[in-house]
Amino acid sequence: MDNITIIGAASILTAGITMAIGSIGPALGEAKAVVSALTSIAQQPDAASTITRTLFVGLAMIESMAIYCFVVSMILLFANPFWNFVITKVAGG
Amino acid sequence: MRISPDDVVFFEYGFMKLNLTIVTTWFLMAFMVIGSVLVTRKLKSEAKVTQWQGVLEMIVTGIKEQIEEVGLQRAERYLPFLGTLFLFLFLSNLLTILPIYEPPTSSLSTTAALAVSVFFAVPVFNIAQHGILNYLKSYVKPLPIMLPFHIISEFSRTLALAVRLFGNMMSGVMIIGILLTITPLIFPIVMTAFGLLTGSVQAYIFTILASVFIAAAAQESGKETEN
Repeated sequence: MDNITIIGAASILTAGITMAIGSIGPALGEAKAVVSALTSIAQQPDAASTITRTLFVGLAMIESMAIYCFVVSMILLFANPFWNFVITKVAGG
Repeated sequence: MRISPDDVVFFEYGFMKLNLTIVTTWFLMAFMVIGSVLVTRKLKSEAKVTQWQGVLEMIVTGIKEQIEEVGLQRAERYLPFLGTLFLFLFLSNLLTILPIYEPPTSSLSTTAALAVSVFFAVPVFNIAQHGILNYLKSYVKPLPIMLPFHIISEFSRTLALAVRLFGNMMSGVMIIGILLTITPLIFPIVMTAFGLLTGSVQAYIFTILASVFIAAAAQESGKETEN
């Protein structure tokens, strides 16, 4: 295999694996957060507005872990520095 | 496929580039400034105020209440900075309903600039309130060994702030772009509506996190002033 094939295949595979593994943790975390928020709302419906607001902030913080993985995989797919380097090398040489 | 509006360059002179992000930001700034000037031109303190003044008062008092709930005393000190952050982010994320509009927050340069301004706002506000010595002392609490961790957390949370907003907005634009090629009829509209929700929540979170950072540092420096 030449360099272009290796870099292309590695980038695509890594992008997919990054998304797949990286979304497991945030999914479990968000599930736990929502479960405990629902339990507390059921126990104390008066505090629902405070709990909901804190829940949204917390969910977005947890979600940002998955977003980091998404950003990395997008960089691998569309703005890959190694790919660009190889392409310019091939075009130049 | 491009992943940010930075790549649409209108005008280039030396190292200066005029791209879509800057043009959209200028448009937003002009929109907000002209709108605020028009509304605040004839403010009244009587019982009967104009509709627009009512809306503006609701926005300002709403942001002020949210800042106070985080635990910052005298919220009007922080209101100009945090309110501007929130209004700019909220407007720029919400205007995605316009067809040709691309949010400037889906470019890493905009979000990094905003995060850096938060990074500098934390010491500026706290030195103004508690003095430079008390602020610096808050770095060596509870033990001097914590100093490197405090410094690392300053930088890592700034990076996280920038990448979180960028990732959320960029993924919204990206998903709509991908969906347009697969199911172009109705489904992109649903995702656009979902993107509006994400955008407003992200604007709220960015502002709340900025005020939490300021409040946390203020608490640490404030303890020293009391002793």
